[in-house]
Amino acid sequence: MSERIVVDPITRIEGHLRIEAETSDDGVIQQASSSGTMVRGIEIILQGRDPRDAWAFAQRICGVCTLVHGLASVRSVEDALDYPIPHNAQLIRNLMIAGQYVHDHVMHFYHLHALDWVDVVSALKADPKATSDLAQSISNYSRSSPGYFSDMQKKLKTFVESGQLGIFSNGYWGHPAYKLPPEANLMAVAHYLDALAWQRDAAKLLTIFGGKNPHPNFLVGGSPSPISIHPGHEGKGKGPHYRGGGGATALNLTGLQKVQNIIHSMRDFVDQVYVPDTLAIAGFYKDWAHQGEGIGNFMTYGDFPDKDMADIDSFLVPRGVILDRDLSRVHEMDLNADDQIQEFVSHSWYDYEAGQDAGLHPYQGETKLNYTGPKPPYDYLKTDERYSWMKSPRWRGKPMEVGPLARMLMLHATGHKQAQELVGMTLKTLDLPVEALFSTLGRTAARTLETKIMVDAMQGWYDQLITNIRAGVLDTFNDQKWEPSSWPKSCQGVGFMEAPRGALAHWVVIKDGLIDNYQAVVPSTWNAGPRDSEGQDGPYEAALKGHRLHDAKQPIEILRTIHSFDPCIACAVHVSDAEGEELVQVKVC
Amino acid sequence: MSKRPTVAEHLARQGVSRRAFLKFCAATASMMALPPGMAPAIAEALGQRRRPAVIWLSFQECTGCTESLTRSHSPTIESLIFDVISLDYHHTLQAAAGDAAEHHRERVQEEFAGEYLLIVDGSIPIADGGVYSTIAGMTNLQMLEESAKGAAAIVAVGSCAAFGGIPKANPNPTGAVSVADIIKDKPIINVSGCPPIPVVITGVLAHYLTFGTIPELDKLGRPTAFYGETIHDRCYRRPFYDQGKFAKSFDDAGARNGWCLYELGCKGPTTYNACATTKWNEGTSWPVESGHGCLGCSEPDFWDAGSFYKAVSMPISDLGKLGLAAAAAGAVAGVAVGLHNRHVKAGAKAAHKPLTADELEGDKS
Repeated sequence: MSERIVVDPITRIEGHLRIEAETSDDGVIQQASSSGTMVRGIEIILQGRDPRDAWAFAQRICGVCTLVHGLASVRSVEDALDYPIPHNAQLIRNLMIAGQYVHDHVMHFYHLHALDWVDVVSALKADPKATSDLAQSISNYSRSSPGYFSDMQKKLKTFVESGQLGIFSNGYWGHPAYKLPPEANLMAVAHYLDALAWQRDAAKLLTIFGGKNPHPNFLVGGSPSPISIHPGHEGKGKGPHYRGGGGATALNLTGLQKVQNIIHSMRDFVDQVYVPDTLAIAGFYKDWAHQGEGIGNFMTYGDFPDKDMADIDSFLVPRGVILDRDLSRVHEMDLNADDQIQEFVSHSWYDYEAGQDAGLHPYQGETKLNYTGPKPPYDYLKTDERYSWMKSPRWRGKPMEVGPLARMLMLHATGHKQAQELVGMTLKTLDLPVEALFSTLGRTAARTLETKIMVDAMQGWYDQLITNIRAGVLDTFNDQKWEPSSWPKSCQGVGFMEAPRGALAHWVVIKDGLIDNYQAVVPSTWNAGPRDSEGQDGPYEAALKGHRLHDAKQPIEILRTIHSFDPCIACAVHVSDAEGEELVQVKVC
Repeated sequence: MSKRPTVAEHLARQGVSRRAFLKFCAATASMMALPPGMAPAIAEALGQRRRPAVIWLSFQECTGCTESLTRSHSPTIESLIFDVISLDYHHTLQAAAGDAAEHHRERVQEEFAGEYLLIVDGSIPIADGGVYSTIAGMTNLQMLEESAKGAAAIVAVGSCAAFGGIPKANPNPTGAVSVADIIKDKPIINVSGCPPIPVVITGVLAHYLTFGTIPELDKLGRPTAFYGETIHDRCYRRPFYDQGKFAKSFDDAGARNGWCLYELGCKGPTTYNACATTKWNEGTSWPVESGHGCLGCSEPDFWDAGSFYKAVSMPISDLGKLGLAAAAAGAVAGVAVGLHNRHVKAGAKAAHKPLTADELEGDKS
């Protein structure tokens, strides 16, 4: 019998996401609807504030990708003011972004995604010796002895027998979709716990540069922490002469050495645990290399410059668009062209003055909130009408997937040697054709592979930073345009980046020293947004089509594909305005 | 329920020795600013308790508070959620989704009625019938009221749940309010910060789980053990303030020497939190040590308190402590905050009196 299936809350993600799916008589999804169910209105709150403060507000869009909105915001203001930053600050930003990738992707794999593939309860049946053999056959990771896995199993057994399963309560344990042998399950559960401990140290990289994690500090014009390598000047004022040097700031010799140690620790974990685990687990789920593909269009804005953001050719991750899976052709894209990126609200709880089917570039964005959904508590959304707080962004009218898969495809298509080698090695190991990339499994594997690229690149940026310091170049901040009196009366800019979840950009308009308009179009809006005026599915919706659910009451198949995108829904939800007032409209110069 | 092992039994079965357990308790005592002699009392209290059920609701939030929780090193997140509590509902970490998750929440609320601890992060939007945030078709308000009914106590984690936070910032588009604005008949502990310091979240939980009591709170509902003093009073750069030595710009000679960030807008003088003492991420650094002024994120409505780069007005109580040099350097931009802060500080001083074993014994039920 055909059925409407609701999964709300989608857990093990950031934010509030609801999926409704219509299945055919034999349990195959015919249509899926993706709904963001929470809105805060941060862009409205930003109106009229000091643009130098904006990063802190924007950063609170999301605490998981914790630095990306802060940085996109700072870059948008710097773009508007034509404000160059010192090379050291650029290197520090690259290190922070890449550090976030490594931290975020590993946590996504083990703590958000793994339980879709790993049956925790099955691990109780594993033979610790056989688990050790398995672990040692795929990696030289040191924690792989029979005793280690035996202890881990004992710990798990005690936990399960306590009758209080905590976060593992009511999982779909024993579902036939779980394919790993008990030994692989035990190994993965052990690494779940290892990764939980490892991430705590990995997070410290942001703490050294930004003072805390989550939500490190940023600064328009550079990076907030001065490098305190040398004994300082005596300075003026009464009392004893305090000097700087080692103890003055966190970015001293000890702090720099900690950064180096963290890069090593990240690289070891990625090489010895994350990459081998991904390949080992993927080997049991090759049927997922043929489904969950979605729309086949991919977009990157590009990121990780050598010197500055204007030098697009120097980016580690290039910019471009791939259409209909055609890797032989990369299309150019322009963030400022008002006929390229547009947002639609046909199925969103917003009104446009030009009508519900219009598409608007972010600089011309309007927001008029209009909830037309059912009165809570409700059972079903009206998915043929409006059903989400997310808008539907499109590039030249087409839905785009952004994120790790888009980046790996772009790197591959543009001839990045390491990317090509990693993709080749993965496909060979799994004995899969290149088309397998366009799938749930491909998306998850792409995330792992790009983590390897990032963690290797980090060493290069760190070495450049040390080279600069050795040459006496200590600058981390440019004070040239800090004072609003030095700013033009009105200006606007776009700050873009490749966030771990995909292409991200903030558009800011500044007038008389204050924010006149602010718009963020974020990765999960691209991926999780609803259908548009043409009825085209968003990427989540398209990806779920055709999934056969083994048991409608335990829709693990939906979780697998949705989690492969790594949703971040607080990010994805757009502006709000309780009074229903229209936001300022701005034309691109 | 009586068949469930106590925390001590649980740890013993895990192969954790009595000695290791006591060390854990000593670390807990130290984190809670209690004398080391309290460790045995903590051990006894923990030894008698089942792993308490915890329901964690996420409303208008960014998951930064959960991320912060996972960074805790003492106790570690692994130890907390596998050995100490039973984290039965938590969107970011739990295996179950959709109906399976909601049914489990309902079951725990029923089975542990009157016993479970409710943790909330995120604010609650109440404008227009609460349509601005729903979970499983329910408004956040409906879910909070339902889950609060059987809770023994509520911990509001983060400035959004504690004070309304960023969603409440002007013009508060969704009518966001705090937990305490809605729930009036339960004890509520506010653990503010954006996010709160990892070990402060776990420290407050450890206090509650160890003693079964609400820690002493300041006027804003925050535990005085962590929110009793200002950042400024505990700042390692305080001597420079007293000497009138201020960084005038980011990365100038003063900034590189680690001088006071007051003139660059540091909100340390008016912010009550433990950043300057516990620091962040296992003592790695904290905002001021990494060159940026304090944003004031543990205070109510800090988003609307003026630019982060504008020097704050100083409480009058601190004036007397200032050397002439500082005053002459223009450190005191105005006199405003005063009364409220002094009140809070008085509460904090009282909170730092050592507890006696008898008091602990009396508290442990």
